[in-house]
Amino acid sequence: MISRRDFLQASMAATALYGASSFGNWGKLAAQQALTQDKLLEFDTFGNVSLIHITDIHAQLKPIYFREPSINIGVGDNKGAVPHITGADFRKLYGIDDGSHSAYALTYNDFASLAQGYGKMGGLDRVSTVINQIRADRPDALLLDGGDTWHGSYTCYQTQGQDMVNVMNALKPDAMTFHWEFTLGSDRVNEIVEGLPFAALGQNIFDAEWDEPTELFPPYKFFESGGVKVAVIGQAFPYMPIANPGWMFPEYTFGIRDERMQEMVNEVRAKGAELVVCLSHNGFDVDKQMAGAVTGIDVILSGHTHDALPEPVLVGDTIIVASGSNGKFVSRVDLDVQNGRMMGFRHKLIPIFSDVITPDKAITTLIDEQRAPYAEQLSEVIGKTADDTLLYRRGNFNGSWDDLICDALLSEREADIALSPGVRWGPSILPGQDITREDIWNVTSMTYPEAYRTEMTGEFLHVVLEDVADNLFNPNPYYQQGGDMVRTGGLGYRIDVTKPQGSRITEMTLLKTGELIDPAKTYQVAGWASVNQGTEGPPIWDVVESHIRKLGTVSLAENTSVTVDGV
Amino acid sequence: MEFTRRSAIVMGAGAFAALALPKLAVAAAGEDAIAAFTGGADLADTGVTLTAPEIAENGNTVPIEVDAPGATEIMVLAMGNPTPGVATFGFGPLAGSQHASTRIRLAGTQDVVAIAKLADGSFAKASSTVKVTIGGCGG
Repeated sequence: MISRRDFLQASMAATALYGASSFGNWGKLAAQQALTQDKLLEFDTFGNVSLIHITDIHAQLKPIYFREPSINIGVGDNKGAVPHITGADFRKLYGIDDGSHSAYALTYNDFASLAQGYGKMGGLDRVSTVINQIRADRPDALLLDGGDTWHGSYTCYQTQGQDMVNVMNALKPDAMTFHWEFTLGSDRVNEIVEGLPFAALGQNIFDAEWDEPTELFPPYKFFESGGVKVAVIGQAFPYMPIANPGWMFPEYTFGIRDERMQEMVNEVRAKGAELVVCLSHNGFDVDKQMAGAVTGIDVILSGHTHDALPEPVLVGDTIIVASGSNGKFVSRVDLDVQNGRMMGFRHKLIPIFSDVITPDKAITTLIDEQRAPYAEQLSEVIGKTADDTLLYRRGNFNGSWDDLICDALLSEREADIALSPGVRWGPSILPGQDITREDIWNVTSMTYPEAYRTEMTGEFLHVVLEDVADNLFNPNPYYQQGGDMVRTGGLGYRIDVTKPQGSRITEMTLLKTGELIDPAKTYQVAGWASVNQGTEGPPIWDVVESHIRKLGTVSLAENTSVTVDGV
Repeated sequence: MEFTRRSAIVMGAGAFAALALPKLAVAAAGEDAIAAFTGGADLADTGVTLTAPEIAENGNTVPIEVDAPGATEIMVLAMGNPTPGVATFGFGPLAGSQHASTRIRLAGTQDVVAIAKLADGSFAKASSTVKVTIGGCGG
């Protein structure tokens, strides 16, 4: 067993994995010396195949701050298992020192002060440098994009995804799968995919009318890499028409379809695949369950739930790699494949420190070209954060960005209660930092932004919270959708994550009066991101911009409105 | 606003009519139908495959498939519907396969059950929980 300091390398046996992580010394080592690009990218090329995985970029072309979650609860068999470990527990598990660059990249503590020291992360021009270096080691390395690429910024919205398509095409991916891309509408998605110079894969993307596979999204593609016949099978987000507006892409139906995944694995093996890779947008816990249900997948490159894990997780003979979000990380996985079997792997989650990794100038230029027509709108300063306020989104129940959005809905739409979707994308803003229009769009941009105002009874509000909670805390991952809890403004509650649907949520309280929510009473509710066709209201970014302008300086108190039991 | 309370709200449309149903009575109706079909015989847990989505994209039209090699009949039940019986497929001796697919309406989250009557007179059962949701928030 080779045990290099900053890699996880291991060999596969018939049923067991030999070797262990050596991640432990990485943080300490880095803390003792200045970060360098060479150090971040150091990797002794291994085996005969290299995979490069990036996922859930959410249209972040430029470097950003992105705080990882403080609360990420696992239920059922996943209680206490990665990725449901955060903060100090996460650092202890992987042997990461407090205050180290890995602590900053992978955990939430002291985020504002560490961000000052380590700077922004991501930027597709830096990502390009990393990809180029891996390709220099291994020219036929496969670059695989896990999706949620053509969504999430001002320029992506204005260009209907074209900015991301232009920049990603320049990085030359080999294959991609999908989620938010479909919210561009099926006409636009079809138009882009028809012109893509790489494979658009999804074994679970079906024609809705006939419930049969589509021609535009084939299930898999074969690649020759290092003399090895590699099959990459795509797995799109299974619950698109449920979590996002199905009316925008009515020709398509999805689902997990793990029986078909097994058929596809069998089919590619029968055609001679020596290595089977699943490029997935299932979410981590769903991928774990699928790895147990489907035999014959060597590697799952996992996206959707935005987890960044410094080591793969093993289920049977399958390794599952999670590569974070918003351009913060790229995973490199080198594999030794002999006689049709994966004999071993070497893995590194490469953090994209934007001040350390030299940008690829050609890509910087290309990115700036995409942004130039919108420079004035992007850069306009709307307000700033107070010295005590960090704006972030990740966390199962609330984030300060969502607190601000809910405050904006309550104030601008004159509502009793605000609801904001529990999405996991959206960069962070440091204390004392200007908030630009681009920053607001980075946490709100979508094709169904209408901020509605409606009436709901207390009983229906309870149904809503219970329904969303079950999407997060159903003990069977196949019944989860991979988002976080709907954020509430003006409404507090208690939740027991171990209870069944219908009895998790209690003590719903109208915060402005302190009274319990009356099931029979009607409340004024404002929200956004409804999946219903015909929703009316101003776009959420206008609502938030107007609110921040009035505030000038944003200062938020800690949100204590949700009490969590059963953890 | 074009919202109505029924088609509403935050993140999706759902069939919430089920909330008001007397669930115990419905479950009993499903069990009665099974008993009538099988005559109370034991049910093997292999021999019939039921394919259904974990979460329905639209509770009004949920695609399902049943497959039971050697079956003469396959009964499909939506255990939580006001009328649980969905269909009973019959297969004659010349049938090339004992497979059927259809789309069914589900009044809410519930178990869909398929019972196959095999040629030797024995029975096999498969069950799958299908969730009907008002939607979540995509990560």
